[in-house]
Amino acid sequence: MKEFVKTSSKNRWLSLARKWAVLLMIYVIVQVLISANIINDYIFSTFVTVCINIILAVSLNLITGFTGQFSLGHAGFMSIGAYTCALITLRYSSQVGFIGGLLLGAVLAALVGIFVGLPTLRLKGDYLAIATLGMAEIIKILFRNVLEDLTNGAAGLSGIPQFVNWTWLFIFTVGTVVLVSNFINSSHGRACISVREDEIAAEAMGINSTKYKVMAFVTGAFFAGIAGAIYSSYFYYIAPDLFGFMKSIDILVIVVLGGMGSISGSVISAIVLALISTYLQSFPELRMVIYGVLLILIMLFRPQGIMGSRELSLSVMKKWIQGIRRRNGGIA
Amino acid sequence: MEQFLQQLINGISLGSIYALMALGYTMVYGIIKLINFAHGDVYMLGAFVGYFCMTFLKLGFFPSLLISMVVCALLGVTIEKIAYKPLRDATRISVLITAIGVSLFLEYGTMFFVKPDSRSYPPLTGFLSESYSLGNLVFRGKQILIICITIVLMALLQFIVKKTRIGKAMRAVSLDRDAAQLMGISVDRTISFTFLIGSALAGAAGILVGIYYNSINPLMGMMPGLKAFVAAVFGGIGIIPGAMIGGYFIGLVEVMVSGYGNSMYRDAVVFAILIIILIVKPSGLLGKETREKV
Amino acid sequence: MPILTVNKLSKSFGGLMAVSNVSMELEQGELVGLIGPNGAGKTTVFNLLTGIYPPTSGYITLYRNNKKEEIQGLKPYTICKKGIARTFQNIRLFKDLTVLDNVRIAMNKNASYGLISSFFHTKSYGIQEKEVLEKSIELLRILKLDHKKDELAKNLPYGEQRQLEIIRALATNPCILLLDEPAAGMNPAETAQLTEMIEWIRKNFNLTILLIEHDMSLVMKICERIYVLDYGMVIAEGTPSEIKSNKRVIEAYLGEEMGNA
Repeated sequence: MKEFVKTSSKNRWLSLARKWAVLLMIYVIVQVLISANIINDYIFSTFVTVCINIILAVSLNLITGFTGQFSLGHAGFMSIGAYTCALITLRYSSQVGFIGGLLLGAVLAALVGIFVGLPTLRLKGDYLAIATLGMAEIIKILFRNVLEDLTNGAAGLSGIPQFVNWTWLFIFTVGTVVLVSNFINSSHGRACISVREDEIAAEAMGINSTKYKVMAFVTGAFFAGIAGAIYSSYFYYIAPDLFGFMKSIDILVIVVLGGMGSISGSVISAIVLALISTYLQSFPELRMVIYGVLLILIMLFRPQGIMGSRELSLSVMKKWIQGIRRRNGGIA
Repeated sequence: MEQFLQQLINGISLGSIYALMALGYTMVYGIIKLINFAHGDVYMLGAFVGYFCMTFLKLGFFPSLLISMVVCALLGVTIEKIAYKPLRDATRISVLITAIGVSLFLEYGTMFFVKPDSRSYPPLTGFLSESYSLGNLVFRGKQILIICITIVLMALLQFIVKKTRIGKAMRAVSLDRDAAQLMGISVDRTISFTFLIGSALAGAAGILVGIYYNSINPLMGMMPGLKAFVAAVFGGIGIIPGAMIGGYFIGLVEVMVSGYGNSMYRDAVVFAILIIILIVKPSGLLGKETREKV
Repeated sequence: MPILTVNKLSKSFGGLMAVSNVSMELEQGELVGLIGPNGAGKTTVFNLLTGIYPPTSGYITLYRNNKKEEIQGLKPYTICKKGIARTFQNIRLFKDLTVLDNVRIAMNKNASYGLISSFFHTKSYGIQEKEVLEKSIELLRILKLDHKKDELAKNLPYGEQRQLEIIRALATNPCILLLDEPAAGMNPAETAQLTEMIEWIRKNFNLTILLIEHDMSLVMKICERIYVLDYGMVIAEGTPSEIKSNKRVIEAYLGEEMGNA
């Protein structure tokens, strides 16, 4: 028994080192391509969109996929991060201002998450969905009307200094994926998953379901805030209507397509959907029609999405390849 | 005082629209526990069908109303058969996501064909363009029409639900689907019928709104849809009189907030009401608590 | 030494009195049965004991570590932490999780590291996770389910699912175990195995067990004392032989099951 655990610990180090090596390689390659201007501004902005969507999808997946709390207001948290960071960098335009604004935005989003979560997370399923939707709309109205003097209301804020470069983007995206994955593979993560599986049984096994629901919600809100700050610090301009129900649906589609309960699924589907969006840029209505049909088809025919609740890993890929080989008559 | 009474009239008119839509939400939720996100878009299509009838087919109001209701009824039944029926035993989240998908499809599909610009209903003649005054109060013909039609439709609905067999079947299926089936009730047909009536009412609401506010656009269903849902929850989701009460309540609140406060906040107030209700008494005004069996 | 006393416990739902003035006492180490016709309120008593809902009136007192504490109305997770664990009448396993994860979740008390450790997988995370893993596998090994540790709970055969529910409850390190119809749906061979298992865990885990069951052969065989519930009230209490010959009990059951025991 002890042997089993010891060798697996050495394997763990090896696979961890391998993963970091791959990530480092990706970072360097892209950085080189950017410096050589092979990846120009247009392509890079697609990268930014993809990465923001990855962060948003992974954080929503934590709330909805792993903890089973259906949140339709994720864009609200994003807007808090976006506005906070923008307002700070408009006054203190420096790297420090950017990071400070980003962190403050994430923290504020998390605080709002507590405020929103505590009363509403005792609601179930569809009721929770509508309540979170309502909350996000209230936040949008706050930014559009109540705080008009600060946020410039419906006209939005423009001229936001651009601090997001590949390095920051990489750090925050990888950071989010790693931190959320780590959380999932911990006692807290397991507690959240048990709440999703059977809340009553989880409580009977000593798990304070409300605590973990709020924990997941607040963590998701935090990272959504980061995504919002990245958005405003790259795309120069933000307005309240960018963070409405449609944005929350956008993120939901990514999560559902990738598989609720799969981090790698969210990453893959964020990339796929970003590519589709870019391709369909000139046909915005068609894109939404496709999203609508996609949601219906997925729910009807493959509700677990691309990855279900499994994660992409070398062993899973090996099994797929073996499966394909076997089917094609080869010997595995 | 007069302003208050005037707002009251406006509120009742708006409330009628919300009540008609809330009825659809509440009946569908009562029978299959689904928040039909696409309901607001059926309402929108009702408005468009009415627009089409009155502008291009040059039909009068009442024929257009009828056609609107029929088209929407059929649309509702179709949506149920294609998108919701296969998921009847799936998790509620799955069906909710599907409903969102249907909603997106209807909204942007319509936008794709008719372009996102607003359209105006043709100028109305006769009674509908009249105003009547009583002292300093103004009753517009449109408002009287809306209120009267709503009352007629709601009375019709009550009759169907209370006095007909299919109405009884609807009540049975919403209480206990399996038992109803064992009693020989065709659950599929009952559910289809529920969608039929609910969607017809939404269609009526749509064309009435087109007449009242004059302007329609493909995304017009989202906000009113959400607010009508809040109305249904307020009155007690699944309870028909609750939807009626809720609809008028939300309509009045919205008009009062716009009139006496700031019209910017009216949406926020409606959502705040929703949050409060869900926290304080989720079963709504007329609702009863239900318990999960452990 | 009593470990749990229930004093005039009542629970009404609307107008319905599901549990009425129930009083019981469990001694440390006892194996007590709770029987009664369907709808008698047995599971409601369990739900009250484990905090699923608060009683309308009455007291539940836990005696532990030379202290006595009233626990009625507390939340389920608090009561679990105080040492009362349960299984459910309709199996409530974490279906889409592995056998191992089902057990690990119940071992959460042993993983007391904070959020930072969770996010950054620090050293204390590593140490405590390893401990939880080892303890979970060990528990599964003792109860002979370790060979299926990576199997999804929903893929287990019925009997093993019930077994897993018990193992999961044990993982919370309870002093009192409430078993709600553990033998439901089992054939005689499985029931015999279950009977052995219950006896075994009572001894080796130093437990007090309260058991709801309809299978009279199981109840009569291992229960030292039995409470009989009907219409929410205790109608009899005593040893198996006393209960078997109790007129009121026979009436409540119409004699059928008693005759077959």
